[in-house]
Amino acid sequence: MSAPPPDVKPGSSPIGARVPMVDSVDKVTGTGKYADDLALPGMMVGKILHSPHPHARIRSIDTSQAERLAGVHAVVTGRETPVKYGILPVGHDETIFAVDKVRYIGDNVAGVAAESEAIADEALRLIKVDYEPLAAYFDPEASMRAEQNLIHDNKPHNMEKEYHHHFGNVEKGFAEADYIREDRFDCAEVTHAALEPHSTLASFAPDGALTVWSSTQVPYYLMKTLAATLQMQEERVRVVKPLVGGGFGGKSEVIPLELAAAVLARQAKRPVKITYTREEVFYAHRGRPRQIVELRTGATRDGKLTAVEARIIQDGGAYCGYGVVTILYSGQLLNAMYDIPNVKFDGYRVLTNKPACGAMRGHGTVNTRFAFEQQLNRFAAVLGIDPVEIRRRNLLKPPCMTPNNLRVLSYGYPECIEKVAEASGWKAKYGKLPYGKGIGIAGSHYVSGAANPIIRSPIPQSTVKLSIDGESIVTILSGASEIGQGSDTVQVQIVAAELGVPVDQVKIVAADTARTPVDLGSYSSRVTFMAGNAAREAAREAKRKILSAAAAKLGVSPEALALLGAASAGPPNDGSITGPATGQITLDFAEAVRLAMNGAEALTAVGTYTTPEEATGGKFKGAGVGPSPAYSYSAQVAEVTVDPETGQVTVDRIIAAHDCGKAINPMTVEGQVEGSVWMGLGQAVQEEMLWENGRLMNPCLLEYRTASTLESPPIEPILVESNDPEGPFGAKEAGEGSLAATIPAVAHAIYDAVGVWIDTLPITPEKILKAIEAKRQAEST
Amino acid sequence: MHKEQITLRINGRSHELTVEPNRLLLDVLRQDLGLTGTKRGCDDSSCGACTVLIDGSPQMSCLMLAVSYQDCGITTIEGVADGSALDPLQRGFTVEGGAQCGFCTPGMILTAKHLLARNPNPTDQEINDALSGNLCRCTGYTQILASVRKAIELQRERQPAGPKDPVEPQEVGSR
Repeated sequence: MSAPPPDVKPGSSPIGARVPMVDSVDKVTGTGKYADDLALPGMMVGKILHSPHPHARIRSIDTSQAERLAGVHAVVTGRETPVKYGILPVGHDETIFAVDKVRYIGDNVAGVAAESEAIADEALRLIKVDYEPLAAYFDPEASMRAEQNLIHDNKPHNMEKEYHHHFGNVEKGFAEADYIREDRFDCAEVTHAALEPHSTLASFAPDGALTVWSSTQVPYYLMKTLAATLQMQEERVRVVKPLVGGGFGGKSEVIPLELAAAVLARQAKRPVKITYTREEVFYAHRGRPRQIVELRTGATRDGKLTAVEARIIQDGGAYCGYGVVTILYSGQLLNAMYDIPNVKFDGYRVLTNKPACGAMRGHGTVNTRFAFEQQLNRFAAVLGIDPVEIRRRNLLKPPCMTPNNLRVLSYGYPECIEKVAEASGWKAKYGKLPYGKGIGIAGSHYVSGAANPIIRSPIPQSTVKLSIDGESIVTILSGASEIGQGSDTVQVQIVAAELGVPVDQVKIVAADTARTPVDLGSYSSRVTFMAGNAAREAAREAKRKILSAAAAKLGVSPEALALLGAASAGPPNDGSITGPATGQITLDFAEAVRLAMNGAEALTAVGTYTTPEEATGGKFKGAGVGPSPAYSYSAQVAEVTVDPETGQVTVDRIIAAHDCGKAINPMTVEGQVEGSVWMGLGQAVQEEMLWENGRLMNPCLLEYRTASTLESPPIEPILVESNDPEGPFGAKEAGEGSLAATIPAVAHAIYDAVGVWIDTLPITPEKILKAIEAKRQAEST
Repeated sequence: MHKEQITLRINGRSHELTVEPNRLLLDVLRQDLGLTGTKRGCDDSSCGACTVLIDGSPQMSCLMLAVSYQDCGITTIEGVADGSALDPLQRGFTVEGGAQCGFCTPGMILTAKHLLARNPNPTDQEINDALSGNLCRCTGYTQILASVRKAIELQRERQPAGPKDPVEPQEVGSR
């Protein structure tokens, strides 16, 4: 089936074109395969037995009845899976199935593989586990004081990790301040709720080699973890990423079912597929932790910030996961979009008896940003400075290093602020709308890829291979993981632009650890910048080979030739070779490629990306998280209507300006910005995981309410292009950075509408009513 | 459990199947017939990813027993394109970015198909009303709305006639 023609005018560059996603036809016709759509002959259904206790010792497990049930082909418990793992080298604290102890309701106790789902469910029922319940911890501030019944024996006071950073001199900074504010913010736990439930199919070949198809954002790390936990050589493990139905970070670390399916397949000697129910997805979690922020900031009379100090506590759940990274992001990006000379951060990642939290869109930065921007807006209100103006007075002056050693080159934040102020009619509206109507502003930023890989390694962070065959078809081999964000398409556009060929002449094979080169995965918004740069480098190498073969044939120097239509090579065409003197075509592309192939079956080229040393951060403990080769910026204005009788908030409109460096595909960039804003809006006003003694009260999409079309306001994206000097064609990240600004912008608009600041998330009607009532009483006394 | 022999008419083609009476239409489509374009996103009919058309009207196949739909025309996402030509809705979702991860897309397209069959020129509010039972976690719905609007435009180009009476729901395939 042929795709609709891309919206690229003949002869125009694909950079900046609204090219439909290269896999979109597979998605709109239902022919594309996600993990749960795959089947193999003889495939078994895998199911996992989960703990009903938040914290308990396992005295014994009796699997004999389950094993005897007809149709059961494997039963596995923690006895067979003792190897510890975790996404971070400092956080290897999980096993595939619990050994000795369970640490949250939903913890993985045993797995079965059976001929049908009904038999598998029956087998789970027949497994007898004798538990000795232990005291459990659900509140991080209480958990930090724990002396006994520790969640992990090697973590005193249930403290996963704490960090204490001090840059400049906050005492001096506060002494210089005319006004100091201290506020406490409490942000509820939220989760990804990607529409595709996690699914994994595992199969062993007769020679013992393992292939796993999984809904993952990180095939490379999954391959490594499978090899480690199953005690296999890495080259015997292949991970294939089919289409992935959304991730948002929830598939960016190894999820227990991915390993359980493989262990069960090995024991059953048959392929095994496990697909989580939606309830299991909620308990697998790895979402954004509840975060308590105690924030103290000082400013001069004219709104210049002199010092900021944050004490941050995260409710991490029962295992480390990405937790050490999450707490570090919450500190490292506290100050870094503004010019603040004195910064102090005390961060605590605390263990509790709940599912582990992890990376979720805007990883670690979102709740800190809410607190910071909310407080900045309160400074503006108290000091009588316009909230737009107070931001102008605290801008960075790039190129620069922040006090915590983050290198900033491109900085489109000032333009983002001006654009949203103008587009919203800010001046005419702020403080001037009738009671119940309000407008608010806030900013945010995010990394374009973590400068330092999760596992320190000398290999490049991304490698992309190209091959061009005798028919001039260009094939990209990339390990980067398309999860719906458009990563395949952006690489195709970059390669097409560099070679000057049409986008439909470029194909991509992505994310199969046996066939594609290493890319670390889709997390930390790294793909456009890192895989994009690697793809561009590969295309440049191919171009050099083509031009040098053409030059030899034509008897001129390669520098005298260019590919028509290639980036910066003048009038667009079809990749034909041109000589600069006349601008005339001297050789067609196909012939030049065949010359460069020199008898081989294809012309090949390789490109890599590694973050430059100067962007990898400082030397202090925890300095590795936060640095990025480039940062995106966002400024947003939200307009709301608040019903003062019911507290109901209606968000009428959000304008979001996002500095993406360069929009290689404006359609997909807008889609990312809109999706981020919308997800932030969910966290702002309605999403919340409701826990009672370690049990989730709303583990379904009816009760964990994500917005439908009816509750979703118009979102107007504005793309700001600051042309990053190191980004591919100037591009930076687009998929996460907008999320964080939405929450404080909405909170600010609520203040403008009804005069109350709500410092806890989500901002529910109940909280607004209570605050309005409190304000009324305070004013009448 | 005993099994029943049933015939389902799906995308204009008859399928004879032997199924347990408690099998869901969703599972029969996905597991027995390999029509995996219909998705399961939840456990409790809250997401709409499993939407199919029953005699032209959208219903969630995770709530339906396969044995109960023998006398109906069932359309799944695999039956929406006409041979190699994409339906205007499919084209709209492609060129306007309505499909990011794509997991909600089949349900969205089938629900929108029913809307446009009844009302070829809906307002934005009518589109949002119609799609309110289909959750998307990627787009914030802005590009989904644009995709449906694009489909309306493409459909109009294909049928350049003047104003028409609302069209009755059409089933793809035979009745």
